[in-house]
Amino acid sequence: MIQLRQLERVGPWEWEIPTSVRADMRVPVRLIASRELLEAIGDDASLEQAVNATTLPGVVGRVVVMPDVHQGYGFPIGGVAATELPSGVISPGAIGYDINCGVRLLASRVELTAVRGLMGKLAAALDAACPSGVGAGGTLRLADRELERACREGAQWARARGWASESDVARTEEGGRLDGAELGPVSRRARERGAPQMGTLGAGNHFIEVEVVEEICDEEAARAMGLEAGCLTVLIHCGSRGFGHQVCTDFVKSFQGVAVRHGIRLPDRELVCAPLDSPEGRAYEAAMRAAANYAFANRQVLAHLARGAFAEALRGRARDTHLHQVYDLAHNMGKTEEHLIDGRRRRVCVHRKGATRAFGPGAAGLPPEYRGIGQPVLVPGSMGTASWVLIGTEKSMESALGSCCHGAGRRLSRSRAKRSIRGSELRQELESRGIAVRAGSLPGLAEEAPQAYKDVDAVVAAVVGAGIARKVARLKPVAVIKG
Amino acid sequence: MAKGARCYPWPVDHPVRGFREVEHTADWELAVWGPDLPALLEEAARGMYSLMGLVVSEESRRHRRLELAAADREQLLVSFLDELLFLADSEELAFDAFLLDVQGTRLLAHLEGGFIVERGKEIKAVTYHRLELRDTPHGLETSLVFDV
Repeated sequence: MIQLRQLERVGPWEWEIPTSVRADMRVPVRLIASRELLEAIGDDASLEQAVNATTLPGVVGRVVVMPDVHQGYGFPIGGVAATELPSGVISPGAIGYDINCGVRLLASRVELTAVRGLMGKLAAALDAACPSGVGAGGTLRLADRELERACREGAQWARARGWASESDVARTEEGGRLDGAELGPVSRRARERGAPQMGTLGAGNHFIEVEVVEEICDEEAARAMGLEAGCLTVLIHCGSRGFGHQVCTDFVKSFQGVAVRHGIRLPDRELVCAPLDSPEGRAYEAAMRAAANYAFANRQVLAHLARGAFAEALRGRARDTHLHQVYDLAHNMGKTEEHLIDGRRRRVCVHRKGATRAFGPGAAGLPPEYRGIGQPVLVPGSMGTASWVLIGTEKSMESALGSCCHGAGRRLSRSRAKRSIRGSELRQELESRGIAVRAGSLPGLAEEAPQAYKDVDAVVAAVVGAGIARKVARLKPVAVIKG
Repeated sequence: MAKGARCYPWPVDHPVRGFREVEHTADWELAVWGPDLPALLEEAARGMYSLMGLVVSEESRRHRRLELAAADREQLLVSFLDELLFLADSEELAFDAFLLDVQGTRLLAHLEGGFIVERGKEIKAVTYHRLELRDTPHGLETSLVFDV
């Protein structure tokens, strides 16, 4: 087991696990965190998993670990690793089962003070409009051809059906559509699971929150994003549902044999992988992109449903109830990008698992209004605390593979959270603080209690301290909807 | 049980088969043990259903026959649970009676159960994370991590 004392401090907010720590490490690990956050990892397997990630064939530069890190399976949550094209590998387990799980932020000009008494009604309306819960299907059931279109075109599929604006699509990572998505390598099972779940939230840590802009830290960036102090926003967190889970399941299974055939030895079977330039690697990449597009479309449909509910619930109490898109970005994804690594520009597959892209000013692919300030980074905090809007920086490009943190990061296990916190009491506590709550399951609510997470402000302080992001605004929840 | 700890060696009164939830920061981990591979597979299925908080209807019983082949015992275990997760997700079916025949790493399963009337939690997938079936003087044991 890797111990905290094996870390070398290389800056006020940066730590390194050198390759000397374990013989099979191909590159070092760079952690971004305060000492307190590192200690919060405790004795979980995060550091071990980060070291395991450095053994992926073709990994270059260093594995970067964000301050919201916690143990996952195979690869740590909060980990970023780049493998070089064409000889490096792609690892489904290093991207995760919920492919393109991500966050979308919509913002309004509705002031909380004008509608404060309506938060219960708004939460109920959002809950009714956006299907959620374990295994829940939605109001759409996509025929096979329609599912194919959604998986090829992502959010742009939704736009063609009138469920997205041009601005929504432009303000989504990759324009809401990854090129190279193919349905050929996607199993029948994934299609069956995906067909009834388009436009659904799911359960677990997925949520919709209504948040108020509590503090603006960067006026210019906030203006570009249309964020106004005191106004309401809607944050949506979900992914590719059963479609993505099945794609990953299928490939982790088939790659068990593939890794052996390619002579790849790994410290954990969950990290199984295939060379990017192999038929198996290309098949997974195409299927993963289809799942990523499914998720972009899913969040777009949910945004459309949320807009309807928002307007309906606040009708007559606010003049302009439009919710414009601030940004939508993934935090479980494998992306082909170019980065300057060890003095050379390289084409790499950046595996981000529980980490977001965070491109700095001038990066290609950003809409014109964000090109000068950098890409918005959305960091939802634990339920009932706060969320942050940040922007990527040049430093994130130089030292963090253009990446940033994705949330607060868990601190307590789900079972410990359930044992120490009762769902009903938590709901009461949140409601006493003026937060309306709609939850499909009270034990599920308890598992996601704020006490189970790290302090999101401390996580943001670390990424800002390390220079890989800048603060734009702090948001505070006023309504929580959980599956 | 502490993280990373094993069931072995068991106290004398330890049941010969069973499952137990293990602390895991983000996901769910289950320790599973049994006298042989069929028993371990069945306990893993029951444990997974227990984590999901499934309630199965007693009416209109349903039967399924599964045939699975795998490269090794670990893969057989994950494949079996994958099948059960898929049936729960796509057909709303779960099982409470298992007749499992294992020859090497091939499984023939006769399952009896019913429709799911209640679910507490969603399991996204069964992972291979640190998965290893270990032989013990009492049979077999392992721990499984589920993505939730």
